[in-house]
Amino acid sequence: MRYEAPDTLEAAAQLLASESGEARVLAGGTDLLVQLKAEVISPVLLVDIKKVPETRKITEEDGGFRIGSTVTGAELKEHAKLKAAWPGLVEGANLIGSTQVQGRCTLAGNLCNGSPAADSVPAMIAAGAVATVVGPKGRREVKVEDIMIGPRKLSLEKGEIIASFKLPARAAHASDAYLRFIPRTEMDIAVVGCGVSLTLDGSGTCTDARVGLGAVAARPLLVADAAKALIGTKVDEAALTKLEAAVRAACSPIDDKRGTKEFRIDVAGVLARRTALIALERARKK
Amino acid sequence: MSKHHVSTTVNGDPVEFLCDTEQSLLDCLRNELGLTGSKEGCGSGDCGACSVLLDGRLVCSCLVLGVEAGGKTVETIEGMATGEELHPLQQKFLEHAALQCGICTPGILIAAKSLLEKNPNPTETETRYWLAGNLCRCTGYDKIIRAVLDAAAEMRKGA
Repeated sequence: MRYEAPDTLEAAAQLLASESGEARVLAGGTDLLVQLKAEVISPVLLVDIKKVPETRKITEEDGGFRIGSTVTGAELKEHAKLKAAWPGLVEGANLIGSTQVQGRCTLAGNLCNGSPAADSVPAMIAAGAVATVVGPKGRREVKVEDIMIGPRKLSLEKGEIIASFKLPARAAHASDAYLRFIPRTEMDIAVVGCGVSLTLDGSGTCTDARVGLGAVAARPLLVADAAKALIGTKVDEAALTKLEAAVRAACSPIDDKRGTKEFRIDVAGVLARRTALIALERARKK
Repeated sequence: MSKHHVSTTVNGDPVEFLCDTEQSLLDCLRNELGLTGSKEGCGSGDCGACSVLLDGRLVCSCLVLGVEAGGKTVETIEGMATGEELHPLQQKFLEHAALQCGICTPGILIAAKSLLEKNPNPTETETRYWLAGNLCRCTGYDKIIRAVLDAAAEMRKGA
């Protein structure tokens, strides 16, 4: 197995694209190294992108933020401004693994590992995060919800690498939240995950919302009907009841050891309500 | 295939080693550098027995490739005591009998040291969450948590 650590993503993309055997991008490695060891994958080439400066930083851009693809969970947590603007996204990212894993894991890795239960992905979808992708043919922008298309399946082409995620500017009264259900309190994989981002006007009416769901379908979902249930309301009981129904209608989960289909569908509604209320409370306080 | 020539700093000393891409940092520490204090429990980032600081950041050395340590600083359990003088955490682990078989202990000490560097006065809850990635199959954790909190108190007094 070869190891390359180029200092530009263009060079990394060329390395990946020109390798005829299996090649993998190495970011934090917290999933990749486990899969290597278990021989789930046997690549002939690893391309470490942590030496590429643009992947290593969080920058403010157009009133929002750009998060490099190898920024770790611990670094997200330590960025006070990012956390204030996008507390839900940072919470989702910080639920990945232990303190040790937080020292390495990345948003891009959580997404590209291709697990429908990835904790940061529903939060990124709710946030409206857009990935900048670098490939052999150049750069393009891809919405996070369009990247993972099934378990271990991505829409990215051979040689394409996530460079960074762009988070949009925030309105005056806007915030987000992420909750997951797990049978214990720490160190577990989501049975259901839900991210909600919402914006209020001066009178407290919801003018914009996005709802992301994880672990209830073959891929993380953006649930447009759930957002519609909130937009134009004061996020009152009637709106929350509609939100629950819309979220449950979007679920098509599997039964597994972590939860049955019926349980997941039910919990998704409950979590969406609770997550929306946290986001609402935060948006009101701004 | 030729091996990687890795230059790094371990516990303050510049060191060099040769490794294959497949070798984890844990493997390199133990088998190339003879630093066997860091343990392999699970080898998949779940148990924390291989915890080290990489550029000051707490990580599982089983989830880092040896080659990735090039140009970085690594701190392991071997660097924790100063000569014969134990680190306050090590001393408190002895006083509280916060270990039985000892396999998890180096990782827990390194993780606890990292916690106290960031937060010299952690609550019990913060301590338990910080150490959630360090598994101990003997002690039931209670003595470990008490030892960490006691060491923190002592280190605050000394500071």
